[in-house]
Amino acid sequence: MRDSLIQFAPVLPEIFVLAMVSLILLVDAAVDDGKRAIAYVLSLVTLAGAAFLTVRDFSTMPLLALGGLFIDDPLADVLKLFLYLSVAAVLVYSRGYLRERGLYKGEFFVLALFALLGMMVMVSASHFLTLYLGLELLSLSLYAMVALRRDSSMATEAAMKYFVLGALASGMLLYGMSMVYGVTGSLALGDIAQNLADGTDLRIPLVFGIVFIVAGVAFKLGAVPFHMWVPDVYHGAPTAMTLFIGSAPKIAAFAFAVRILGQGLESQVAEWRDMLVILAVLSMAVGNIAAIAQSNLKRMFAYSTISHMGFMLLGILAGSQNGYGSAMFYVLVYTLMSLGGFGMILLLSRAGFEADQLDDFKGLNRRSPWLAFLMLLLMFSMAGIPPTVGFYAKLAVLQAVVEIGYVWLAVAAVLFSLVGAFYYLRVVKLMYFDAPHDTAPILARPDARLIMSANGLAVLALGILPQPLMAICVTAIGASF
Amino acid sequence: MTYTTAIFYFFAAILVFAGMRVVTARNPVHAALFLVLAFFTAAGLWILLEAEFLAITLVLVYVGAVMVLFLFVVMMLDIKLDKLREGFWDYLPLAGFVSVLLVIEMALILGSRHFGLEVMGTPAPHPADYSNTKELGRLLYTDYVYAFELAAVILLVAIVAAIALTLRRRKDSKYIDPAAQSRVKRNDRLRIVKMQAEKGPGARGQGSGEEGA
Repeated sequence: MRDSLIQFAPVLPEIFVLAMVSLILLVDAAVDDGKRAIAYVLSLVTLAGAAFLTVRDFSTMPLLALGGLFIDDPLADVLKLFLYLSVAAVLVYSRGYLRERGLYKGEFFVLALFALLGMMVMVSASHFLTLYLGLELLSLSLYAMVALRRDSSMATEAAMKYFVLGALASGMLLYGMSMVYGVTGSLALGDIAQNLADGTDLRIPLVFGIVFIVAGVAFKLGAVPFHMWVPDVYHGAPTAMTLFIGSAPKIAAFAFAVRILGQGLESQVAEWRDMLVILAVLSMAVGNIAAIAQSNLKRMFAYSTISHMGFMLLGILAGSQNGYGSAMFYVLVYTLMSLGGFGMILLLSRAGFEADQLDDFKGLNRRSPWLAFLMLLLMFSMAGIPPTVGFYAKLAVLQAVVEIGYVWLAVAAVLFSLVGAFYYLRVVKLMYFDAPHDTAPILARPDARLIMSANGLAVLALGILPQPLMAICVTAIGASF
Repeated sequence: MTYTTAIFYFFAAILVFAGMRVVTARNPVHAALFLVLAFFTAAGLWILLEAEFLAITLVLVYVGAVMVLFLFVVMMLDIKLDKLREGFWDYLPLAGFVSVLLVIEMALILGSRHFGLEVMGTPAPHPADYSNTKELGRLLYTDYVYAFELAAVILLVAIVAAIALTLRRRKDSKYIDPAAQSRVKRNDRLRIVKMQAEKGPGARGQGSGEEGA
């Protein structure tokens, strides 16, 4: 027998998550509406169990499994652990919000865990097939989650836009993959890298394929000019779903980009670097400038996501281990800040009140000084102001860009960050210097408050001591490439 | 031009024509039928590529099952195509320009210069006893079992999503709850009312008189 049981050991976290989702699906169908907490607890248990399995079998070097479709390397394991963390935070934050809006149903947890499974498949894929299937599993779950609030026409519209544009992007991605297959004769990233390293006569078709792949990846990241879905989906989706879309999938998208561009098409860095430069500059420009004009906080965060993804692309386009490491650090930090930002909107919301307008944050300091302080930390971090971690993340990426000699790009990135600082600091001004617009007490649950405190303080703590996380990123990238 | 090349161009021409008509047909039923034609000719092309199993599956599954279902849906829905087509002519110049440009660019790159027979060579034909189906099955359940299972999970998500998005309990529609039906006790449905025995038609007046008193 060629396939022994040993082959399945690295895939245990995925198998465990799939088994637990099926269990939750069955259990939830059997219990009535009063006992939805069972699905919630089981979901958290799933995340803890998967984290346990991932830590127990933590790999120190890349290991291919299941016919080369799956790779277990430190990069995948580290990213998976952060995926579990961020999905767990999403579940805790969104519990009260979902319950007040009649969305507290088993389907939410099942779809969230299916999306998690898709992301896990993406981060440990070493083959175009698994990359694509993981992406589809994630996207399909996200489309359904956005549409879950059926009585809201905005949510339905957002889901429809997301679905149609997402299908188009998947088509482009597949087309590009088929071109690369035509040139290299393989779908496995390792074989592609090897074939291309030897040189190829089919340069033009290869570049043609890379264009389509980069366009598909850019769409999934939400980079300009493939960003049009981001504001509409973030704004239209229920905030809990926005929180989900805005956090963990960014980690998976980073892994997706690095696996294809950094591992598969490593030798073609000269080709895709220029494309990423254009995407990054446009994203930072459009994201930061358009965010100023927003009065809706979710929409503002959507444009901020676009600019942050542009910044993250700077790290990838450096094409060096240093660059990938700093991009990984950036995306993990961004996920943390995004969780906090959207989590705060969820904490301030209550039945019939979304708290997603900028005006809803007016005078937050008088209503709850602690929450206002946490939001201040998050905004400072997003703007990249020391001593928060956002500053260090930006610094690391800029170092990688300067290393490859693109000083002008680093200067442009700093200038656009300065533009961005305006709208983050405006939120701080509203919280501290304006009179409250809304004086109702904040009804956030204690568990959500606790996680929010941890989230906000982590931004500060990592800013003061960034070395451990940076070391994890550098080691993971170093051992996986 | 060899015999197979002639067949290829025959099928390819029909495929492109059918594909165009799917988009341009005014009647949605016609569009669905043209899609059937497109699938059918694509299956013909796959036969030329010696992918018999895939070709037959395409006809059986897509033409036989999916498209028939699709036709039913199209017939059930009252789709106002004219409303959907609003703005079609406004966008046509730009969209047409972009698509023509794309087609030309792709033709330049994907033409025989890069992927032609001189560059790629003709793959050796398989012997007559080669089983496409068996080979596909072997690959699906060994090398690609992970991808195969993932595809199954995606289908499961599709089911969950479809049910979550469409299942609704409407208060105005009557439905049967089998659990409640089988749980029901005699006392829930039947009420036994104690009444005094009646003594025949003659005694009725007397009885009612007593009640009234």
